[in-house]
Amino acid sequence: MSQMKKRDLTRRQFLEIAAVGAGGMAVVMAGGGLALVSANTVTRGLGRAFGEFEYDPTKHRYIYLVDIEKCIGCGSCVRACELENRVPKHFFRTWIERYHISRSGESFIDSPNGGRDGFEPQVMGADVTKAFFVPKLCNHCTNSPCVQLCPVGASYISPEGLVLVDSERCIGCSYCVQACPYGSRFIHPETHTASKCSLCYHRLTKGLKTACVQNCPTGARKLGDAKTLGDEVAQIIATSEVHLLKPELHTEPKCYYLGHSGEVR
Amino acid sequence: MHEQAMNYLFPNDVHVMWSLMIVLYPYITGLVAGAFIVSSLYHVFGHGELRPVARLSMVASLAFLAVATTPLLAHLGHPERAMNIMITPHFTSAMSAFGLIYGIYLILVLVEIWLIFRVEIIELAAHSRGFKRRFFSLVALGVYDVSPEARRNDKRVIVVLAALGIPAACILHGYVGFMFGSVKANAFWSTPLMPIIFLFSAVTSGIAMILVLYEALTKFSGRRIDGVCVQSLAQWLWLFATMTVTLELLEIITLSYAQNEEWLIVKPLITDKIAFSFIGIQMIFGSLIPFILLGIVVLMRKYLTDTLRHVIAFIAAIILLIQVFSMRWNVVIGGQIFSKSGIGFRESYTPELLGREGIVMALVILIIPFIIMSVFNHFLPLAPPPEAEEDSTEVAT
Repeated sequence: MSQMKKRDLTRRQFLEIAAVGAGGMAVVMAGGGLALVSANTVTRGLGRAFGEFEYDPTKHRYIYLVDIEKCIGCGSCVRACELENRVPKHFFRTWIERYHISRSGESFIDSPNGGRDGFEPQVMGADVTKAFFVPKLCNHCTNSPCVQLCPVGASYISPEGLVLVDSERCIGCSYCVQACPYGSRFIHPETHTASKCSLCYHRLTKGLKTACVQNCPTGARKLGDAKTLGDEVAQIIATSEVHLLKPELHTEPKCYYLGHSGEVR
Repeated sequence: MHEQAMNYLFPNDVHVMWSLMIVLYPYITGLVAGAFIVSSLYHVFGHGELRPVARLSMVASLAFLAVATTPLLAHLGHPERAMNIMITPHFTSAMSAFGLIYGIYLILVLVEIWLIFRVEIIELAAHSRGFKRRFFSLVALGVYDVSPEARRNDKRVIVVLAALGIPAACILHGYVGFMFGSVKANAFWSTPLMPIIFLFSAVTSGIAMILVLYEALTKFSGRRIDGVCVQSLAQWLWLFATMTVTLELLEIITLSYAQNEEWLIVKPLITDKIAFSFIGIQMIFGSLIPFILLGIVVLMRKYLTDTLRHVIAFIAAIILLIQVFSMRWNVVIGGQIFSKSGIGFRESYTPELLGREGIVMALVILIIPFIIMSVFNHFLPLAPPPEAEEDSTEVAT
């Protein structure tokens, strides 16, 4: 009897368990399905939101700040730029220069491989009184000589004020390479068209920072937006002693240097 | 250590972007403009003694104009997009004016040549058969009026066109100089003197080429070289060469005297990096020697025999052709030897032999105008027609 009861119980229990289990399974499956569906919806929604990231070029005016005192010459920015923009070997969209200034005022400047692999320590024969690194890139000049003299308008200024190159229009005459006072341009060895820093325009339009800024470990490179209220970079430029490169040429760069020394070429 | 301090190149400044082809381009447009000026000296300014070279210089101008764009095409990264300069010019660019200037000048030269050779073209059409007849009938453009009245009108139009051609030729070549002079990033190029230097050296090279061509062609065809014509060409050449060299020196002297930042890089450039081609070829061999030689022709004309005059003028003209080429070389290549860092020099540039921008290509481009001239001469003689034929319509002198 006890065995019967046991068996009955077992059967009942079994049925109960089976029922609960089936129900549970159904709930779990339904829940899981629901969860999957809702997760999918959320993802799709997010994706759509991301894909349809509303970017209005007229609402931005990018500015760039290099804090010379913070640069350690690690070369992360150069490597990041190279990867991000598929920069060909021996050409540079950005590079780092190392300055050693002697007591007598002589400048010893080098930039091995554009500073891509960092800098080997160097023993100077001169009495060096200061040394620093200077990251360089296209200055995205407002009064840009390269844009002015491009014969076909392949170099142009975007609504955000960036100097860009339309490689499908460029005829590869190299006139812009000659005209850039900063050595920022080169003729791409594969496309045979002018190439230079685009300030990672493809990233900016997705709300991301430039590859060099993103990868700078010390915050020596900063990207700002002059049209954003309370922008940190705009604030620094407005309140600190910042310098432009070759200001005598009146190219009106948008790249500012903090802690700039007169020796910088 | 000092050497290291004096040598930093921006990392992208390792390559010379403008090669031998861009040296050749201003050289050829200079010959175009200079040859045109020679023909205008006859047609507009009434220098009748230049009659023997009037036709030659017009056709030489056209022949070189025909190849003026080829060095650019050979240089472009995308020559197939070259027409963009004409179709979608960007008007703030000096280079975009090229299509307009080149086009206007080409039309002007073609119309003037057509008017100069119109009578011969009609005669050729009348006296030949088959394809040749059809071709020259087409070239005659359906105008067969060779009456003295019509020919007088031709002459009048030629004078107007030749006069208009002077500013056109000056703009054509001045613009080439402007393309360099307006590059403020380059310490060696950036001077308002640049277009003027280019212009004067263009006239120098044009006169020199016409003198060489005239003497060579006349000698080759067994005719007598006109001493008065050579004397006149030599005098003009002396004047323009002197002005050219003066301007070239003034540029350097001003830079040196002002002691601006530019001089810091220009000094080592001209006294060391391009010393051979600048001081040696351009200034001493190319300027001083012809100055003395032509000085002899101009100042001692009474004591010179015709042969001696022709030989001296010929040699001086050849040297001046080299001088102008070396000037183009020194400006184009010299201006790229240093980095925009202002304190570093590249490896010196040696042109490749073969290849799109090589020496062989340059020679081919330079030979084509002479082939054009010889084909032209085959049908329409470059030598002037007998005086009597032109008497009725004489305009010059």
